[in-house]
Amino acid sequence: MSNKLILAGIGVVILLLLPIGQGNYVTYLLCSWLIFSIAAMGLNLTLGYAGQVSLAQAAFMGIGAYTSALLTIAGLHWLVAAPIAMILCFGIGLVLGYPALRVQNHFLAFVTMAFNILVYLIIRNEAWLTGGTLGLDGIERPAFFGIETDSQRAFYYFTAIVFIVVAFAFAAMIRSPWGRAFKALRENPIRANSVGVDIRRMTLLAFAIGSSLGGLAGALMASLVQYLDPNSFVLMHSMQILLMVVAGGSGFFLGPILGAALVIVMPEYLRFTEGYYLMIYSGLVVVLMIFYPSGLIGLGQKLTNRFKPQRARADLKEGAKL
Amino acid sequence: MTDFVQIVLSGLATGSVYALAAIGFTLLWQASQTINFAQGEFVMMPAFMALAGIHFLGLPVIVAMLLALAASLLIMGLGFKKLVVEPILPHGTLPLVTATIALGLFMKESVKELYSAEAQPFPSLLPHDAINVFGASISIIDIGNLTIALLVVVALQYFLNGTRTGRSMQATAQNPNVALILGVNVKKMILYTFLINAALATIASFLVSPIYLPKFSNGEYLGMVAFIAAIVGGFNQVRGALVGGLLIGVVDNLAATYVSTQYRTAVPLILLLVIIMVRPQGLLGKAEGRSV
Repeated sequence: MSNKLILAGIGVVILLLLPIGQGNYVTYLLCSWLIFSIAAMGLNLTLGYAGQVSLAQAAFMGIGAYTSALLTIAGLHWLVAAPIAMILCFGIGLVLGYPALRVQNHFLAFVTMAFNILVYLIIRNEAWLTGGTLGLDGIERPAFFGIETDSQRAFYYFTAIVFIVVAFAFAAMIRSPWGRAFKALRENPIRANSVGVDIRRMTLLAFAIGSSLGGLAGALMASLVQYLDPNSFVLMHSMQILLMVVAGGSGFFLGPILGAALVIVMPEYLRFTEGYYLMIYSGLVVVLMIFYPSGLIGLGQKLTNRFKPQRARADLKEGAKL
Repeated sequence: MTDFVQIVLSGLATGSVYALAAIGFTLLWQASQTINFAQGEFVMMPAFMALAGIHFLGLPVIVAMLLALAASLLIMGLGFKKLVVEPILPHGTLPLVTATIALGLFMKESVKELYSAEAQPFPSLLPHDAINVFGASISIIDIGNLTIALLVVVALQYFLNGTRTGRSMQATAQNPNVALILGVNVKKMILYTFLINAALATIASFLVSPIYLPKFSNGEYLGMVAFIAAIVGGFNQVRGALVGGLLIGVVDNLAATYVSTQYRTAVPLILLLVIIMVRPQGLLGKAEGRSV
């Protein structure tokens, strides 16, 4: 247990040291990575822990972003606007998930798909509220106790602090009885039900919390980019976030963070491929799913297991493989 | 009134094509637990394969279409099953869902990069004229689509219910283990399901392309409509997918005329949300108990 705390501490230190010596663009990319990590962590809760496919994470980011932006433009501080955005997304998640999760099928996937398209249409069409296709401009970056976050580096530290808080809260939740209930949902829902875990309520809760994290990520994104456009929240982006979680490793704590890094960083390295980038990326994901369905973390675990000493006695090898 | 009739009939025609895609999707789900998020792209691809045959190989239209059908059966039927579904399905439905989403994305981007990002004209086997029926003007293509699609569905129903292979396929879908015990070649039956889905998608592609000009991004809408049709109609039956498709076609066409263009695509989506809230088993489906 304290091993993990030490690792976490090292992680925090690395995070804080990352932007030193980097230019504005790289710092911006790092902020983007942390923001998408938060959204992906939320989706990981729904997908990796509760086992439900949600294709609406980008829509929740959009709702969070526009809510936070409109409230900050109206004068509220980000620290008030963002929680409001989160609560709104939580509520919408509850309302959306309640009927879809009544049926034990992958209906949530289609409902969230439809929801994402609907949200995009509303954002695009209701220009009196959101600026429509012309976008929402003039979003100021928040200031804390007099410290402005207008510089890219200052904003990075703000984002990093939010990310660290979310990561610790998420880790704490996973270790709590709630977290165990979520894991039980994924492993064996029928048995979980038989020991008293209310499947529907827990799944709904996981989906709602995951959605509110999407809203938080959106609120951060609004302040990062300082301009909102409906095309940033289309179904394609929900699919990208899904791919982030699965490619990184769904159900693992670090999976979404790794996946987000992959998705944010890869376009930069693959810039020379120009238009072919998405082809290569989606092709890689298909191949990854065929060979390593548990994502990169699963791949990493397989590799480290080869080097770990075998704990099973020779005559128990067959059983140990199960 | 004639306007309304025209719109409904035209909607039925487009809807019958959506129904083909929805039926394929339902069959796949029933027979092999595969939720194919790339179904829209499966309907988009064959048109481009035929276009490639016409423009790059200089083939006559019918030959190109037949070749595209063969290619589609090979790649999106056999290839899809053996290379994508079979390795991934034992690991659960989530990796498979992700893989089909990525596959759809891959197909869409390949067409965009390797062929063109613009909408292409597609040759139609039927003339682009309209005939006059009791004052309503109905296009020949619409009548052709409706007829062909209904014929295909009738043939499919006959195959599934009237032939031994078809009934074996149904048995595989209902209870693969018992089917295996009874001597049904379950693997082959599942392969047939994939082939039928590829064939249905190809037919749908050729029927819809003269109207909805082929474009790399068509898959998103076609796929969404196929899913909605399958769910609204009722997941456990092929008839449900047919009814769902026709309904969505009509609703979509009515929406295009009577609802603002901005929210036109929202109407089928709202229909989906309403059906899931009110009657999740779909219009024709039976409420499923959960098996333990």
